[in-house]
Amino acid sequence: MKSLTNILLVAPILLPFLSAIIMLSAWKKIKFQRVMNLFASGVAVMASLAIMQKVRADGILVLHVGGWQAPFGISIVIDLLSAIMVVITAVIAFVTAIYSIHTIDPEREAFGFYPLLQFLLMGINGAFITGDLFNLYVWFEVMLISSFVLIALGGRKDQLEGAIKYVTLNLLASAIFLAAAGIIYGLAGTLNMADLARKLPLLNNDTMLNLVSVMFLISFGIKSALFPFFFWLPASYHTPPAAVSAIFAGLLTKVGVYALIRVFTLIFTHDVNFTHTVLLVLAGLTMLSGVLGAATQMDFRRILSFHIISQIGYMIMGLALNSPLALAGGIFYIMHHVIVKTNLFFVSGMVNKFEGSYRLKSLGGVFKASPVLSLLFFIPAMSLAGIPPLSGFWAKFTVAKAGFDLEQYFIVGVSLLVGALTLYSMTKIWNEVFWKDKPDSIQNNNTKESWSSVKLYLPLAILSLITIIIGFNAEPFLNLAINAAHQLLNPQEYIKIVLGS
Amino acid sequence: MLIAIFSAFVVAVFVQPLFKFSKKRAGAILSLLPLMLFLYFAYNTSAVLSGQLQFETYEWIPSLGIHIAFVMDGIGLLFSLIITGIGTVIFLYAGSYMQDYKYMNRFYIYIIIFMASMLGVVLSDNFLVLFVFWELTSISSYLLIGFNHHKEESRYSALQALLITGTGGLALLAGLILLSIASGTFSVSELLASGIDLSDSELYVPIVILIFLGAFTKSAQFPFHFWLPNAMTAPTPVSAYLHSATMVKAGIFLLARFNPVLGGTELWQDTLLIVGTVTMVIGGALSIKQSDLKKLLAYTTVSVLGTLTMLIGIGTELAIKAFTIYLIAHALYKATLFLVSGTIDHETGTRNVDKLSGLRTFMPITAITAILASLSKMGIIPLVGFVGKETVYASILELSDFGTIIIFLAILANAFIVVVTLLVGFKPFLGKFKDLQRKIHEAPFAMWAGPLILAVLGLLFGLIPQYIFASLIDQTALSIISKTIALKVKLWHGFNTIFFLSVLTVAMGILLFYFRIKIFSILISIKFVPYFKPSFWYDYILKGVMTTARAQTLLLQNGYLRYYIIFILLTFLTLSGYVLFVHESFDTISLDLHITFYEIALSILIIVAVGITIHSKSRLTAVTAIGIVGFSIGIVFIIYGAPDLALTQFAIEILTVILFVLVIYKLPRYLRFSSLSGRIRDLIIASAVGVTMFFVVLLITSAEMSSELKQFFADVSMPDGKGRNIVNVILVDFRAFDTMGELVVLAIAALGVYALLKLKLGNGK
Repeated sequence: MKSLTNILLVAPILLPFLSAIIMLSAWKKIKFQRVMNLFASGVAVMASLAIMQKVRADGILVLHVGGWQAPFGISIVIDLLSAIMVVITAVIAFVTAIYSIHTIDPEREAFGFYPLLQFLLMGINGAFITGDLFNLYVWFEVMLISSFVLIALGGRKDQLEGAIKYVTLNLLASAIFLAAAGIIYGLAGTLNMADLARKLPLLNNDTMLNLVSVMFLISFGIKSALFPFFFWLPASYHTPPAAVSAIFAGLLTKVGVYALIRVFTLIFTHDVNFTHTVLLVLAGLTMLSGVLGAATQMDFRRILSFHIISQIGYMIMGLALNSPLALAGGIFYIMHHVIVKTNLFFVSGMVNKFEGSYRLKSLGGVFKASPVLSLLFFIPAMSLAGIPPLSGFWAKFTVAKAGFDLEQYFIVGVSLLVGALTLYSMTKIWNEVFWKDKPDSIQNNNTKESWSSVKLYLPLAILSLITIIIGFNAEPFLNLAINAAHQLLNPQEYIKIVLGS
Repeated sequence: MLIAIFSAFVVAVFVQPLFKFSKKRAGAILSLLPLMLFLYFAYNTSAVLSGQLQFETYEWIPSLGIHIAFVMDGIGLLFSLIITGIGTVIFLYAGSYMQDYKYMNRFYIYIIIFMASMLGVVLSDNFLVLFVFWELTSISSYLLIGFNHHKEESRYSALQALLITGTGGLALLAGLILLSIASGTFSVSELLASGIDLSDSELYVPIVILIFLGAFTKSAQFPFHFWLPNAMTAPTPVSAYLHSATMVKAGIFLLARFNPVLGGTELWQDTLLIVGTVTMVIGGALSIKQSDLKKLLAYTTVSVLGTLTMLIGIGTELAIKAFTIYLIAHALYKATLFLVSGTIDHETGTRNVDKLSGLRTFMPITAITAILASLSKMGIIPLVGFVGKETVYASILELSDFGTIIIFLAILANAFIVVVTLLVGFKPFLGKFKDLQRKIHEAPFAMWAGPLILAVLGLLFGLIPQYIFASLIDQTALSIISKTIALKVKLWHGFNTIFFLSVLTVAMGILLFYFRIKIFSILISIKFVPYFKPSFWYDYILKGVMTTARAQTLLLQNGYLRYYIIFILLTFLTLSGYVLFVHESFDTISLDLHITFYEIALSILIIVAVGITIHSKSRLTAVTAIGIVGFSIGIVFIIYGAPDLALTQFAIEILTVILFVLVIYKLPRYLRFSSLSGRIRDLIIASAVGVTMFFVVLLITSAEMSSELKQFFADVSMPDGKGRNIVNVILVDFRAFDTMGELVVLAIAALGVYALLKLKLGNGK
C-alpha cells in the first residue's frame, strides 16, 4: 500500500517521463505517438485527481526520494497548492493533447513534438511537487530547454527571434536562481525548503535574507513575467503553433508564480514589510503595464499574451497582501486563469486555422461563420474580463475583497481599473474578429466544412464548461483555495511533516 | 422566484430549436414566457401589497458569505410587473418586427437573458447577487446594442455603453464590497434589520460615491448620459425595452433599494437632487435638436431618469408617491412611443421626423395608440401621465430651499418633453401626407396590439388611479423610505397652483414647438463648446489611455534584448542597493581573508582575460580569453581542494573552445553594432552588478556556516552509499533525482539540436 502511494506521488514526473521515452523509441510512428500522448495525459488526469483526493484526506504528502531522510536527500512534498497545480497541469495537458491532434502540422509531429510536450510536463510537474530548492532549479531547466525547443521547432525566422529572447532572459533567470541557491546554501547549509524554513530565522541576518530574497524574486519574477521582467513573454508567445502557445500561456508563467508563492510563504517570511511590499508594488505595476500593453496590440495572440502579464499581477497581489483570503484569491486566480487563458489561445488558433491570420485587421465575420466558436470565445473572454458569474469574477472579487479588508484601497482600485481595461481588450477582439464583417480585400481561403467540425471544438468546449462550472459553483474551488492558503500561511505543519519532529 | 428567473434562462437554451421549428411563430410563442412570469407576479401581488413580503434563500458561496437570497417587496414587485408586462408586449412585437432580420433567434436569446437578469436585479436581497445580475444586464445590453454589428456605428455605441456601464459597474462592486465590510453582511434585509447607522462609518463617503457612480452610469445621469442616445442603434424593441422601460431604471432602482440604508444624509439627498435636476434639464434641452424619432425619445428618457433621481433626492412621502406613479406612467407611454416609432420605421422606412406626416389614414390604430401615449407623456388630463406630473410638481413645491428654482427647471424640462411628444406622437400622423414612394399600410396585429394595450392602460390608470396605485405606493414607500404613507391618489385636485403649472407647461411646450427651429438655431449659434460635451471627454480619455499605453509599451517592450537585460539588472541593483543601503552597519564583514599570492595572481588573470574578451575584435580571441577565465576558475577549485570539480571544469572549457573554433568559420563576419556611449553604459551597469554580487558573497562568507549535511554525507557515503568519493555519491545517490533531471535536459537538448537543424518550415507558412 505504501509503495503504491509512493508511485502515485512521483506519477506526475514519472508518467510524462516514461511516455516520452516510449514515444522517442517509436520515433517514426506518429499515429502511435498521438495516441500515446493522449493516453498518458488521460492517465495523468486521473493520477492527479487521486493525488488531490489523498492530500485532502491525509494532509501534506511526503516522499523521500531514494529513501534518504530530509534534509539529506531530495524530498517530494505535495501540499494542497502543489496538488491544485498538478491537477490543473494534467487537465491542460489533456485538452492540449486533443487539440494538438488536429492542429499540429505533420512536420512538427515528425520531429518529436509529442515527446517534447511530455518532457515539458515533466519539468512543470517536477517544479510543483519538489520540496528541494536545487531540485526546483533542475526542473526549471527541464522546462526551459523543452519549452525552448518547442518554441523554436519549425525554425521560422520569427520563431527563432522569439526563441532567442525567450531563452536568453530565462537563462538570466536561471543564473540568478543558481547564484541565489548557492548563497542560501552558504547561509543555511541546506537546500531542503522545509529545513530552510526552520534554519533561516535562526540566522538573525535580515539583510542577507533580504538580498537573497531579492534574487529569488527577480529570478522567479522573470519566470512568472512580472514587471519589469516580462519582456520575453510578448516577444515569443505569438510565434509557435497555437497548441504550444496555449499550453505555455496556461502553465509556464504559473510555475514562476507557484515558486514565488512557495518561497515567500515558506522561506522568506522574515521581513514581510520589505519583501511583500516590493511584491505588492510590482504586482500593481505588472497589472497596469500588461493591460496597457494589451490595449495597444492588434494581433490576437499578442493581446492575449499581454493579458497574461496583467493577470499575473492579480495573483502576485494575492500573495503580497499576505492574508489567508488574499492568498486564496491568488490561488483561485491561478485556477481560473490557466483554464481561461489556454482556452483563448485555442480559439485564436482555431480562427487562424480557418482564416489564416492572427491579425485583427485582416480578420472578421467569425460570428456569422461560426456561432459555436464565437460562444466558445465569448465565455472565456468575459470570464477573463471578470464578468459575473463566470470564474474570473470570483477571482477578481476575492482578491479585491481581501485587499479592502486590509485597507489596501489603492491597489484594489488599480486592480478594478485594470479589469475595465481587460474588458476593453476582450471587446476589441470580439468587435474586430467576430462582429466586424470580414474586410473585402481579404481573400477567404477556408473550406466551408471546417467551421462545423465538432471534434475541433471539443477541447475548447471542455475548458469553457470548466469556466462555467467554477463560476456557478465557486464554493468547492474557493474552499479548496482557502484551505491551501491556510496551509501555506501556517508552514509549521509543512516543516514538521517533511522533517519529522 | 429562483424558479421564475431560472426558467427564463432555461427557455433561452431552447430558442434555437424553436426557431428551427417556426421562425414566424417563434416570437408569439416566446412571448408566453414573460406573460406567464407576469401572471406569476400578478398572482403574488395581493400578498405583497398586504405586507407579506416573500423571501427565498439558497446557499451559494458560504466561504464568502454569499447566498442567493431573493425578496419580493413593494419596489421589487413593481419593477417585476413592469419588466414582465412590458416584456410580453415587446416579445410579441419583435416576433413580427424582426422577421426580416437574419439572426432573430440570437435576438431572442439575448433579450430573454436580459429579462431574467433584470428580474434578478430587482428581486435580489443579497446585493452581491444583485451585482451579478446587474453585470449580466450590461452584457446583454452590449450584445443587443451591437446587434447590427456589421455597422461600425453599432459596434462603437455598443462598446461605449459597455465601457461606461462596465466601469460604473466596477465602481459599484468596490462600493458594495466596502458596504459589506462596513456592515458585515451582503444582505439588504439584514442591513435594514440590524439598524446600524452607516453614516458614522468612515467608509460611508466612499461607499456612497462608488454606488452613485454605478447607478448614474447605468441610469444615464449627467455626465454619463450620452451613451443612451447612442444606444439607439439597437433594434427598436430593444430601445423600448432596455433603454427606456427597464434596464436604464436599474440605477434608479439601486438608489431606491439603498435609500433606507444609506439615505438621509446631506451627501446622499443633495447629490441626488442636484444630479437628478441637472439631468432632467439637460436631457430635455438636448432632445429638441434631434430629428430621429428614437433619439428624440432617448433624450426625453434621460430627462425622465433625471426626474426620478431627483425625486429620490427629495425623499419626502409625496416624492415617493410621485416616484411610483411617474415610473409606471413613463414605462407605459415611453415603451408605447418607441414601439410606435418602430412601426413607423418598419412601414415607411424612415425615422426622420421631418419626412413624416399624415400617416393617420394609413395607420389608424397606430395613430390612436400614439396619440393616447403622447397625451399621457405631455401630462394631459385624464391620462396617468397627468397624475404623475402633478405629483412631481407637488413634491417639488414642498421643498423649502430651492423649490422655486427647481419647479421652474422642471417646467422647462417638461415643456421640452411636450415639444418632443408633439414631434414624435402627433406630427407623423397629422397634417398632409408626404409621399414616401412606397405603399404604406397598418402594421400587423402583433405590432399594434401590444402598444395599444399599453396606451389604453395609461388612460385607465389615469381615470381610476386610486384603485391602481394606493397600496402599491404604500409598499413601495415601505421599501424606499421604510414607512408606509397614507396619501390618497386622485385624478382631479381642483383648480390649484399645480394644475395651473401643468397648463403652463403644455402651453410653453406648444409655444416652443412652433419656435423650435429658431431656438434651435440660437442654441447652435451659441456653439456648445465641445469641451462641455461629456461625449467629447469620453473620446478624449479613451484616446489618452491609448496614447499612454502606446508610450509605455514602446518604452518597455521595445524589441531590443539588451534593454530587456538592462531593465532586469537595474531592478536587481535598485532592490539590492536598497537592502544594502538601509543595513546600518557592515561590521559583520570580516576583511581578514588570508589572501594568498595564487589567488591574487588568478584574480588578475581573470580580470585581464575578461577585459580582452570584451575588447577583442575577433571571435577567436574572445573565445580563447573566455577559456582563460574558465581555466583560472578551475585552478581556484584545485586550490580549495576540489580536483574532481576542476577536472570537470577543464573538460567543459576545452570542449567549448574546440566547438567554437569548429563553427567559427561558419558564422557571419564579426560586426560591432553598439555605440561607444552604449558600451560605457553597459560597462557601468555590468560593473555595478559585479560589485554588488561581490559584496553579497563577502557578506555570506563572513557569516558562520554550519551544515549538518556535510557531516552526514561524510559519515554515510561509504557505509550506505557504497562510495568513497562523496561528490560522486551525492550525484548518483543522495541527489540522484537532480542528476536524472539534468540527463533529461541533455536528451532534450540533443533532440532540439537535431530538430532545429533538420526541420525548416517555410517562412511564409
